[in-house]
Amino acid sequence: MCTHHHHDHDHDHDHVHPTRPELDGPLTYHQRLEIAVRELLIEKGIVTADEVRRAIEAMDARTPAQGARIVAHAWADPAYKKKLIEEPREAVLELGVDPGVTKLVVVENTDKIHNLVVCTLCSCYPRSILGLPPDWYKSRAYRSRAVREPRKVMSEFGLEIPDDVGVRVHDSTADMRCLVLPKRPKGTEGWSEEKLASIVTRDTMIGVAEARIP
Amino acid sequence: MSEARFQPGDRVRVRKADVPGHLRTPWYIRGHEGEVERICGFFANPEELAYNRHGLPKRALYRVRFQQRKVWPDYDGPAGDTIDVEIYEHWLDKA
Repeated sequence: MCTHHHHDHDHDHDHVHPTRPELDGPLTYHQRLEIAVRELLIEKGIVTADEVRRAIEAMDARTPAQGARIVAHAWADPAYKKKLIEEPREAVLELGVDPGVTKLVVVENTDKIHNLVVCTLCSCYPRSILGLPPDWYKSRAYRSRAVREPRKVMSEFGLEIPDDVGVRVHDSTADMRCLVLPKRPKGTEGWSEEKLASIVTRDTMIGVAEARIP
Repeated sequence: MSEARFQPGDRVRVRKADVPGHLRTPWYIRGHEGEVERICGFFANPEELAYNRHGLPKRALYRVRFQQRKVWPDYDGPAGDTIDVEIYEHWLDKA
């Protein structure tokens, strides 16, 4: 990755721009280990360099848009919503999303229950559906506080949950990965699935935000 | 693979153990009593897998629901707030 400062605007270079720190410092132990193992696997003909590249490319291609498509379809089709909650794996496969080895749990936000997902032990996240988690999801602050004071954490994200709505936190500590099915906002009746999907953001599927009409 | 020892709705208590190794039972939930929300299935024991063992026989994994006010004595949200945690059967006793 190139981290040089690129100028796409015209001006005189008589001042210094702060540059982003270089990311190619000395390798850590685990980076060296990864390179060593990868090179050995390639040398022994177990995987090819192109297969490794393709796997990384496929992981990077997973984005919250996949999850948004699933949620929008569940909003539009009650039978699908039921299936998504009862048999999440089959339901997402039906939409052409491969959950991989992920064991998915789909939890639905209602007028009475709001769900929030965290992994206190590391950063378990439904990556096969939503792609890589945001940095804050992996922070110690979020991981420790989301279980202990979830309402305060959500309010810092700008989300106030009324006292008559129960907050249900999900700590993904083992083999399951949680996806929040946000509430469909009022005023979206008759919307196409594409339009519905456009208001389903990553954060609504973690539980720190609600889907709303912009 | 044996049968799951607990069923949804059963009251269970998390073992209050302090053992070394790669554990998937968070410290904050040990010793607490909750209710089985669902059986997630049977999985190779991650505490064994972490050390390159096969982790067999597979263990039942549950989602257990706890009352937040019981888990955190100073919890300031409503009484209905809960937390679900995934816990392996060998960490659970009948409450």
